[in-house]
Amino acid sequence: MSAEDVRELRIVGFLCNWCSYGGADTAGVARFTQPTDLRIIRVPCSGRIDPLFVARALLNGADGVLVSGCHPRDCHYAEGNFYARRRLEMLKRFLPITGIDERRFEYTWVSASEGQRWQHVVTEFTRRIHELGPAPSFNPSSAEEWANLALHEATKGETCPCHGA
Amino acid sequence: MRIGVFICHCGSNIAGTVDCESVVEIASGFPEVVFATDSMYTCSEPGQDGIISAIHEHNLDGVVVASCTPRMHEPTFRRAVERAGLNRYMFEMANIREHVSWIGKDKEHNTRKSADLVLMAVEKLRRNRPLVAKSFETVKRVLVIGGGVAGIQAALDCADGGIDVVMVERDQSIGGKMAKLDKTFPTIDCSSCVLGPKMVDIAQHDKITLHTCAEIESVSGYVGNFSVTIRRRATYVDWTRCTGCGICTEKCPSKRSPDTFNEFMGTTTSINIPFPQAIPKKAAINPDTCMKLQKGKCGICAKVCPVGCIDYEQQDELINVDVGAIVVATGYDLFDWHKYPQYGEGRYPDVITALQYERLLSASGPTGGHIKRPSDGKEPKNVVFIQCVGSRDRSVDRPYCSGFCCMYTAKQAILTKDHIPDSQSFVFYMDIRAPGKGYDEFTRRAMEEYGAQYVRGRVAMIYPKGDRLIVRGADTLAGTQVEVPADLVVLATGVEAAQGAVKLGETLRVVPDQYGFFVESHPKLKPVETNTAGVYLAGACQGPKDIPTSVGQGSAAAAKALGLLSKAQLESDPAVSKVNLSRCVGCQKCISTCPFGAIKAVTDRFGNLKAEVIETVCQGCGICTVTCPQGAIQLEHFTDNQILAEVNALCPPKMYVNFE
Amino acid sequence: MAKIAYYPGCSGQSTSLEYDLSTRAVCRTLGLELVDLEDWSCCGSTPAHTVNHVLSAALSARNLALAEQQGMDMVTTPCPSCLSNLRTAAHKMEDASFREQANALLDTPCTKNVQTQSVLQILSEQVDPETIRAKVVKPLKGLKVACYYGCIMSRPPELMQFDHHENPMAMDKLMELLGAEVVPYPLKVECCGASYGVPRVDIVTKLSGKLLDAGRELEADAFVTACPLCQMNLDMRQGQINSALKENFRIPVFYYTQLLGYALGIDDKELGFKKLCVNPRPVFDKLKEAAQAS
Repeated sequence: MSAEDVRELRIVGFLCNWCSYGGADTAGVARFTQPTDLRIIRVPCSGRIDPLFVARALLNGADGVLVSGCHPRDCHYAEGNFYARRRLEMLKRFLPITGIDERRFEYTWVSASEGQRWQHVVTEFTRRIHELGPAPSFNPSSAEEWANLALHEATKGETCPCHGA
Repeated sequence: MRIGVFICHCGSNIAGTVDCESVVEIASGFPEVVFATDSMYTCSEPGQDGIISAIHEHNLDGVVVASCTPRMHEPTFRRAVERAGLNRYMFEMANIREHVSWIGKDKEHNTRKSADLVLMAVEKLRRNRPLVAKSFETVKRVLVIGGGVAGIQAALDCADGGIDVVMVERDQSIGGKMAKLDKTFPTIDCSSCVLGPKMVDIAQHDKITLHTCAEIESVSGYVGNFSVTIRRRATYVDWTRCTGCGICTEKCPSKRSPDTFNEFMGTTTSINIPFPQAIPKKAAINPDTCMKLQKGKCGICAKVCPVGCIDYEQQDELINVDVGAIVVATGYDLFDWHKYPQYGEGRYPDVITALQYERLLSASGPTGGHIKRPSDGKEPKNVVFIQCVGSRDRSVDRPYCSGFCCMYTAKQAILTKDHIPDSQSFVFYMDIRAPGKGYDEFTRRAMEEYGAQYVRGRVAMIYPKGDRLIVRGADTLAGTQVEVPADLVVLATGVEAAQGAVKLGETLRVVPDQYGFFVESHPKLKPVETNTAGVYLAGACQGPKDIPTSVGQGSAAAAKALGLLSKAQLESDPAVSKVNLSRCVGCQKCISTCPFGAIKAVTDRFGNLKAEVIETVCQGCGICTVTCPQGAIQLEHFTDNQILAEVNALCPPKMYVNFE
Repeated sequence: MAKIAYYPGCSGQSTSLEYDLSTRAVCRTLGLELVDLEDWSCCGSTPAHTVNHVLSAALSARNLALAEQQGMDMVTTPCPSCLSNLRTAAHKMEDASFREQANALLDTPCTKNVQTQSVLQILSEQVDPETIRAKVVKPLKGLKVACYYGCIMSRPPELMQFDHHENPMAMDKLMELLGAEVVPYPLKVECCGASYGVPRVDIVTKLSGKLLDAGRELEADAFVTACPLCQMNLDMRQGQINSALKENFRIPVFYYTQLLGYALGIDDKELGFKKLCVNPRPVFDKLKEAAQAS
């Protein structure tokens, strides 16, 4: 997906310093072209990533959130990514309940040497987010927008059989 | 807060695809930014001086540099702001090179992205606070893993520098691959004559403790204070008493043990000393073939041993040792050439590897230094060498060059002529890679003085005809197919990562690349460091290397370890977790999740349970911060508020509805 | 066992009639039901794909489309060259735009991918070896054979996905089942010269001569082949080879189905031994001698 011919979307990345951030660096050093939508936040370890960071980004209007850490068993801090895996998997299953399309969130593992893999991950995730399009706003800036959003959400359920006549 | 922003052009590396002036302009409008500028090379001396003078002139108390990855120059810039009198943690970097300018060419998008990254850095910096490092003691001892020539060099240099060394070797003897070689290029000097004395030095040095038949079981701790558990395999011989007399090996009736030292060219006795110069020169029993251990019958070695050191009941032993630094020198293994079906997959006994040929050439080898081919023991006249077997070949997932095969092939062609004057060598090669000192001259000598015929092309097939092998390949220079009758075919098998390297990497938290070679901290400037502080690399475990380079790296790794441990104390990174005592409810969840045991429970003066971080032990991963239900324990420099500030910078909350 | 569509290939109608005959007879005896593909046409052979890849694929795809229409999901052919073309066509048509181009040349488009396998693969993988062993009435005891597969029976490996691409064993195993002694023939997948027999017979005499020489060195009584062109070069051109190389080869060259049929006790008339150029009589004499001795 080349981002050049379409509007950029807002994708937030949380990357651990030791593996995935290094992998993104490796991809850069090797000049592996990637879409420009992603902005990366560096954290020491994927175990530092609070699922609520991801939730906050999505609620604030991010169109996608990508988390990447060291491969399981390769964590610089021995077991941080095991914690991350449990937390993020839980989050992924919980997102639909909050009304957020879980496809807007992904977590993966990329090591510092895997520049090519990083390019692939970014390209694929960006493509996916572009297919989904801009995220519906949970973040209204005015009373009018808020009313529209509320109305939309309220009427969405009317066609649902369990909604009641 | 008064923040200064510096946008680096990095020559044309960044400025080529990012409009740096625009980024400066946009950044000037960011909150609390009082100064913004761009410079050609911010990391250069004038660039750093520019930061320092701007701090003084504009009375800055925080600095953002937008340039390359922080993994590269964060320490450089931290030192610069420190020189200007700021705390080094009042600094943030935006990575607009590796993550922006190098991965896309659209200047408009790149400029916007760069500005976003600068804003994130500014928002984070606004929430930074000065942090001060603590000091801690180190253990003045080095662990060297691997007893090949790189490890031997590292161990001797460390020990000569006055530091205790513990060496761990998986095999029964140290010496590694070099001990198996007959001669070395480009001087044709005897391998064991140059290596032997160094091996003896290892055994005799009073600062070196050697454990062979041993592997690393586990490693915990951190730079300066590693705690290592070594598993020493049972050898069934008490080495404190074994004198290495060798009587047991003469009398042992079981001769079915694979002869690993001779690269499986034949078998050896179950109780064995691998070679005459072995260090330590002690016998060990192979439990897989020993009749006493397998069936309970025999026991001859115990009967003949003059010192009574045979112990059939011996168990594996776990040895604990504390060290301050670790040198990894685990070397390489050879590519399994059976993956190439065109070389016969082992159906033809006279197709052997170069290391097997080395054993045939060696006077201590299975043929006493006479070249006899495996099938019928005849002396070969036509010897065909095939290079790049498992090198530079994507079809077998080995796209890299193994580096030294061209040279040892030339050496073996020369030695073949020395051993058998009426022999003729043929070398199938792709390109000759001989970039070392005296190397190209050496390959020339093989061709011109020793008459080795070099054929540029790949071999398509080896098949038997009579008692010979026909090697068929392309001669790409002549543009024709060639068939060479061979009495012996020697494969220059490529190098691959040592078996078990990936697993060891997991234990040491050192990342292997996709082929299993360990990744250095920086490909140019930190070739022996790893991303785990206090762990260094030497030799072919990092990538294919010949002997001089491995030795050089062994010394380099030793210098790094000595440098680290020469300081009386080390400074710990102050970006560690900190407990807000008024918020902590003493649930102790953080204590159970911390991988380093860096949090302990204490009682405050009211008798309430509280968590307390041991600052020099904390490694700053932040797992506890996410675990804490109260938000009471925060990782300094990466607090919840700092990370959320970055999120908010990217996705601004419009806040008509407040979710807080 | 399911019905399998049978694609004889053009040579099966002419130069390798005995291959076609013996294949049908052997499959019948082993309980494999072959159904002739109705209205089949030439796969395009070598000339088509040297001229036009789309045309070549369309020629083969027409036959796959026929199988599809006739309700078959598996096509088998004894000829490795036909197989190679059918498989290449199926593989290339996985690409949607290529499929469109090829289908544009056809009255009825080829829509789904019908599987294609050689008869050798079906005999090796779908028939229980014990079934064959049990049905052997005239074992090949005492006969030394060299199995020669030719270039394309198992290559390119990505496409054919059958047997070892440098050292195939399927015919070796079949011959061993029949009681023959299989020599470790090293040139199993070497080229015989293929269709150069027409424009440059010197190439064929050189390459096929080498194949025969390697067989003679291993004291093979006969060659066993699975490819009409290989068989023709080794058998029909053996005289040409002899005069070109000043040799005196007299090695009978069978199709593996012929020897399989012989061992299964199928009537000679259905195996077409008379079509062979090099007289196979010495082989049968040797077999009878061995049978009498034991």
